[in-house]
Amino acid sequence: MGFSINNQQSTINNPKWEPKIVAFLCNWCSYGAADLAGISRLQYPPNIRVIRVPCTGRMSPKFILSAFMNGADGVWVSGCHPGDCHYLEGNYYARRKLSLFKGLMEHMGIESDRLHFSWISSAEGTKFAEMANKVTKAVRDAGPANYFAKKISILKTKVA
Amino acid sequence: MSERGAKIREISERLLKEGKIDMVIGFRKGTLPMMNEPCLVKSPEDVKNLVWDSNCGINLAKYLIGRKEKIGVVAKGCDSRNIVTHLIENKIKRDQLFIIGVPCEGMIDRRKIASMFEKEIKEVAEEKNKIIVRGSGFEKILEKSEVLQKNCAICIHRNPVIYDELAADIVKEQKNVDRYKDVRQIESMPPEEKRDYFNDLLSPCIRCYACRNACPLCYCPTCFVDESRPQWVGKGIDLTDIKTFHFLRAYHCAGRCTDCGACERACPLGIDVRAFTMKLEKDCFELYGWEAGMSKDERPPLDTYRPDDPNDFFK
Repeated sequence: MGFSINNQQSTINNPKWEPKIVAFLCNWCSYGAADLAGISRLQYPPNIRVIRVPCTGRMSPKFILSAFMNGADGVWVSGCHPGDCHYLEGNYYARRKLSLFKGLMEHMGIESDRLHFSWISSAEGTKFAEMANKVTKAVRDAGPANYFAKKISILKTKVA
Repeated sequence: MSERGAKIREISERLLKEGKIDMVIGFRKGTLPMMNEPCLVKSPEDVKNLVWDSNCGINLAKYLIGRKEKIGVVAKGCDSRNIVTHLIENKIKRDQLFIIGVPCEGMIDRRKIASMFEKEIKEVAEEKNKIIVRGSGFEKILEKSEVLQKNCAICIHRNPVIYDELAADIVKEQKNVDRYKDVRQIESMPPEEKRDYFNDLLSPCIRCYACRNACPLCYCPTCFVDESRPQWVGKGIDLTDIKTFHFLRAYHCAGRCTDCGACERACPLGIDVRAFTMKLEKDCFELYGWEAGMSKDERPPLDTYRPDDPNDFFK
């Protein structure tokens, strides 16, 4: 796993707690939008860890579950506007896949504030920054998602 | 012997003698009461083993996957819908199959019946709509409609959707059934309560994978639980892993599940694993108007799209 986040100390009582958000961005649009937002010097919070995917159609529920399991507090998936997919129809499939996914996630008790989906083209740097602000705020308000992170008992041997 | 059982034997014997098929997949009596087991019959002499009663809840479509022979398969409503799913997914060819359709009046819930008696049940017989339970020193007659499996009680496709010959007359379909009452009840809970509900529900799970193995839809060469690089779900009985397993198992069945109840029936701990699949069934129906396994010519919901699909939560 490329990143691992130890979320066990982070509680709502901890004033230093910052939400950790995993963003899956489509290579052809939202990833470019993030670039544009950067070039345009737009401000957005640094709580987002970007993972570039070739298309939102590549998204598997495993990715999102894995993010939560490794301690993410929120997940954001963003791709091209319907009709604008680089692969013509990937995001249409993704839409169905993610609709059912979101439904089942919420059924199992995840707050809707932790899952975000958006369509952002590579020209929409402002929309990207706005969305990043919105997602971060929503996840911050929802608090740490301890209940979905896998609690691993780390060996507590002290190295002398 | 039941009328349906006799008819199944008659058809099977005829087909085997004529050499139209190489084997019949049906049910034979199990070693315990209320536990019929699947069996493959390859010669006309063994046809006498085939039975049909209210304990044939196992989904026989499971045994068709990847077979090369010509097969006669006994199929109730849900089995036939899973056969359609297999045809769509190219798991078997239509001309390999002779489907012996059995209009079904529901299967009985063996756990529910067992829990009604303190003593061991030695024999369960049935007559029309009555179930007669016998053990040492007791006998009780139950109404079949009261001891149906949960999925059978809300079934709206009792008749096979695809068949070559029927073993009985078409039965009346249940009307005005509220299929999603349980799902709505969970949906109305706040998130914390939902989490507690599913934590409680899954706490007995021992990860035996019986639900997966009984499911006719599960046939990946390598199951996601066995993938190790990357490992998406841990092997142990950590609650997060258990939840992830059940989540993904259900999600793999999205738009394919026919609510045959094989998973729940197979669970040795009686976990209501349909709580997951039913939610997806409800969403597929409400969002895409889809019911799995009803037609060979329609693509399943995750294999197709409409430009005007619901888009509310995408910002």
